[in-house]
Amino acid sequence: MEINIEYIANLARLDNPSTTEEANKLRKDMTEIIGMVDKMSEVDTTGVEPTNHAAPMQNVFRKDELKPSFARDEMLANAPESVAGCYSVPSAVEDA
Amino acid sequence: MELYTKTAHELHKMLVDKDVTSVEITESFIDRINEVEPKVDAFIATTFETALETASKADEKIQKGEEISALEGLPMALKDNMSTKGVATTSASKMLENYVPPYDATVVKILKENNIPILGKTNMDEFAMGSSTETSYFKKTKNPYDLQRIPGGSSGGSAASVSANEAVFALGSDTGGSIRQPASCCGVVGLKPTYGTVSRFGLFAFASSLDQIGPFAKDVTDAANIFNLISGHDSFDSTSINMEYPDYTSSLKADVKGLKIGVPQEFLGDGINVEVKNAILKACDNYKALGAEVETFSLPLTDYFIPIYYVICCAEASSNLARYDGVKYGYRADKFSDLTDLYKKTRSQGFGAEVKRRIMLGTYVLSSGYYDAYYKKAQQMRTIIRNNFADAFKKYDLILTPTAPTTAFKMGEKIDDPVQMYLADICTVVVNIAGLPGMSMPCGVDSEGLPIGMQLIGNSFAEPTIFRAGFAFEQAGFSKIPLPTFKNGGAN
Repeated sequence: MEINIEYIANLARLDNPSTTEEANKLRKDMTEIIGMVDKMSEVDTTGVEPTNHAAPMQNVFRKDELKPSFARDEMLANAPESVAGCYSVPSAVEDA
Repeated sequence: MELYTKTAHELHKMLVDKDVTSVEITESFIDRINEVEPKVDAFIATTFETALETASKADEKIQKGEEISALEGLPMALKDNMSTKGVATTSASKMLENYVPPYDATVVKILKENNIPILGKTNMDEFAMGSSTETSYFKKTKNPYDLQRIPGGSSGGSAASVSANEAVFALGSDTGGSIRQPASCCGVVGLKPTYGTVSRFGLFAFASSLDQIGPFAKDVTDAANIFNLISGHDSFDSTSINMEYPDYTSSLKADVKGLKIGVPQEFLGDGINVEVKNAILKACDNYKALGAEVETFSLPLTDYFIPIYYVICCAEASSNLARYDGVKYGYRADKFSDLTDLYKKTRSQGFGAEVKRRIMLGTYVLSSGYYDAYYKKAQQMRTIIRNNFADAFKKYDLILTPTAPTTAFKMGEKIDDPVQMYLADICTVVVNIAGLPGMSMPCGVDSEGLPIGMQLIGNSFAEPTIFRAGFAFEQAGFSKIPLPTFKNGGAN
């Protein structure tokens, strides 16, 4: 089984490994780990319901009421870059 | 005897009797940290000033004759993946090196309400991914029993700090063994509580269906007191369980007569170090001598625990860690060409190798065409495993296993071999998969003097049974091991 590192890295929003050596190490590690987890295929799980959560989950409802939230400046204090009280990122939509 | 050598319940009595003040206790620990921290490196950051202020508040209450809670005024250490308002919280990652949370985690809020001085933030594997604390971006924590060995992980700093008497107690988080395995390596008590009993609000998410906060303590009584403090319903965590939480100290009775303990034979076979195995067999004999009924049984599918665990934890991690994108907080790359490149460069530079490996693995198992074979399969296996445990708990009150297959290994020994590193958690991951409580406590040392831990696994919400059995073992003197020696220093 060949793992397409480039494809997975793009999905994960990670750069491709910068050197062939790094890429090979990552491919080797992932192939070994996938090889290990492939062992699960030995067990027949036909018709078994999946468990998503260890504890029984239920919807938790609360009243829709106004509560104090964080001050904008407090939240922006951790932002790598902010402009005019907003988070700043490179433009994502091209000018019309 | 120095104050820093005492347990929390001993120090609490001294505070109540006005034999000592919280400031004096806190100063004793600060001196101790200054003395041994250069060897141990348990902390990423210390917060002595605020710790002393908190201690003064506790002292004021005592002087006024007000009642104090069991851990009030007793200084502790906090794993650096729990939010502390105004104090950097890094998850031991370059990604969050300069992140200062604007809010407190619920457990931190509880600590503050109880005037519990926080001595500092402890080292860990980056984003809690690891079993040796070696993947930390900042430093390597050493095992106080042998400074060339790992303290376990991922909560290695918390475990080492309690073991080295740098804190009365500590909090850690456990996703697949990250409290119990380091507790075992460092010779202290560590509890991973039932899923949902301690709020995860403000705990940096790794694998949300497995993560749980829990205590490191010097003895079982302290562990029960800490669990009393931090357990309870929290509306800020939708998985928090809303129930009556008992007083866990009421289960501290040294009586295990008639208690049924099952020992999975699969955890006494190949892959378990022979000295560890012998210590567990001796623990079984000790329990029999105390009047418990102990027998071995077969726990099916043990070979699949690690595969199931890694599929679930990596899948959840790849989703949870998507939030680190260089936009709202944390690291941002200097140079990038567009928005997608900003994400990629930021994440590639901000995350370490193990974190990236797990994000990649999680992305792979969730990707189109592989979801059913890996993620859904693991969730189905989870159902089978939960059923197997339900069957086991029809016969047994507790399950006893080694906590880890070996004692603390040498630094660097497994860091380049992820699969070998993952196997360090072979005995612990299943407890998280099934959402059960598990506690590690010392049950001996190996020929090198390194602590060996045993794990007591209970049914959901059976912490009282775990505390009762642990307390009986401890009161009989079976958990007594020598203090750390800080040997083999200076070699790194």
